[in-house]
Amino acid sequence: MTFEWMKIPYALLTLFIVVNYGLLLSALIAKIGARAGRRHGIPIYQNYIDLLKNFAQRSSVTHGVMFYLGPVFRLTGGIGLLMFVPVIYGSAMFSNLSFAGDLILALYFVFFSTLGMALGAGESGHPHAAIGVSRGLAQVTMAELPLALAVFAVALQYHTLSITDIVAAQQGGILHWTVFTNPVAVAAAMLAFLGTMMRPPFDVVIAPQEIPIGPPTEYHSAYLALMQANRAIFPIAKIVIYMSLFFGGATSWPVFFLKAFLIYLFAAFVGVVFPRFRVEQSIRWFLVWAVPLGILSLLLA
Amino acid sequence: MKDELKKRIVKGPDGFEFEVDPINDYYCDAAPKVHPPVYVKIVEDLFNWARSESIWILGFGTGCGAIEMRPLMTPRFDAYRFGVQWRPTPRQSNLFIISGYLSVKTLKRVIRSYEQMQSPKYVMGLGSCTINGGMYWDSYNTIKRLDQYLPVDLYVAGCMPRPEALLKGFDDLKKIIRAGKAEGANLYAENFDWYKANQKKVIQDWDMPDYNW
Ligand code: SF4
Repeated sequence: MTFEWMKIPYALLTLFIVVNYGLLLSALIAKIGARAGRRHGIPIYQNYIDLLKNFAQRSSVTHGVMFYLGPVFRLTGGIGLLMFVPVIYGSAMFSNLSFAGDLILALYFVFFSTLGMALGAGESGHPHAAIGVSRGLAQVTMAELPLALAVFAVALQYHTLSITDIVAAQQGGILHWTVFTNPVAVAAAMLAFLGTMMRPPFDVVIAPQEIPIGPPTEYHSAYLALMQANRAIFPIAKIVIYMSLFFGGATSWPVFFLKAFLIYLFAAFVGVVFPRFRVEQSIRWFLVWAVPLGILSLLLA
Repeated sequence: MKDELKKRIVKGPDGFEFEVDPINDYYCDAAPKVHPPVYVKIVEDLFNWARSESIWILGFGTGCGAIEMRPLMTPRFDAYRFGVQWRPTPRQSNLFIISGYLSVKTLKRVIRSYEQMQSPKYVMGLGSCTINGGMYWDSYNTIKRLDQYLPVDLYVAGCMPRPEALLKGFDDLKKIIRAGKAEGANLYAENFDWYKANQKKVIQDWDMPDYNW
């Protein structure tokens, strides 16, 4: 296999598109949530201003090396995830650095950024950060379980670990999508999806009205801006994986935008309807509903 | 000084003894620095615009006026649409709203929270109590004028001010920020000695260094 250097600028272009789309999409979702509560909600460009303002803060304090590295790890997780999945199927420009075993790597990146964040927030020494981290890790671990089970079921179904091959197998009509060929696995994975999107009822990590903000309590200025940038990239990268594995992937940018929006909307919809879980409730919920579905999907495959 | 703040020898679980000096270990006593604006005016203008359109509040509900801060975010007033939102941590906020009477005891926490915020930071005093003591003007345990202890950018008058008054206050604050006149953090750093002297005058049990984060 030869490495094509042209892939690097293309990958950067992908990143650029995804950052912008992520910033706009999360504002749009916030706006939809606001409308459900009969508010106007934030302006659609608010995320850009917040980002710029945090970069513009003049002073910052540090709590040690890991504190610096936390946001960097997190951003690496987000960008890495994005780089190793084929964002647009069949396009030479936007399939990035994907290769044959990338499914395992993608799962690893999801966890990697969480761990980096945990280390960084841990060093900040704030009790809220420590509580947020322990809750976050508990929930992510629980949500990762059904996801991993579902992913293995899908990998067994298509006999490959390459995301590109999985997408290829789903082409040629809506009924070829994994949603229809393996609904149980997709159901388990979608439940896991709720757990990682940081929206109610699963936003135990930041726990509004209870423990302020959670892990990023001590983050500010440019560090926070880095994390905000990641907040735009990471959900989209995760959605790309879901899209590729379960919803037939995307063959062009418009299809990509539409599918990403709809998948994101699913989490937002659930979030608007339900209040927040406590941490033990959320873990029990995953154990009772999502994990058996995942095991069932594995047995069926 | 309180007992828990005194120097002491602690024995670790492995039998190793070490000295703990809470005042030095838990606090930082570097004086705040002046952070000048960016030299290029057009960049600073852009930054100021961004700061004015993204106001993250640290609400310090010290008195009755604090109750008016809640409805701000509800559908009726919905301050989110002006780029205003609450942050539960001083690190991320750039506007400090102090609502109402400040007892001497609370003042200590208020100062500590203020110094943890990153500059440029703004202070808004809410209600007559922060202006002249309000109906507590002759009380023995509340302060009278907030701007003797912290650099206040804007007062919202009233007892208590309605949410509409607060929204107008945000509007005016945005104008001040955009004009580049909201340099309270630098003012505080420049006149640090004066502010500290005032703070120490009212806070009798000053058992901390002249901290700054
Ligand atoms: S100004 Fe009036 S409403 Fe506000 S804290 Fe003072 S007494 Fe209460």
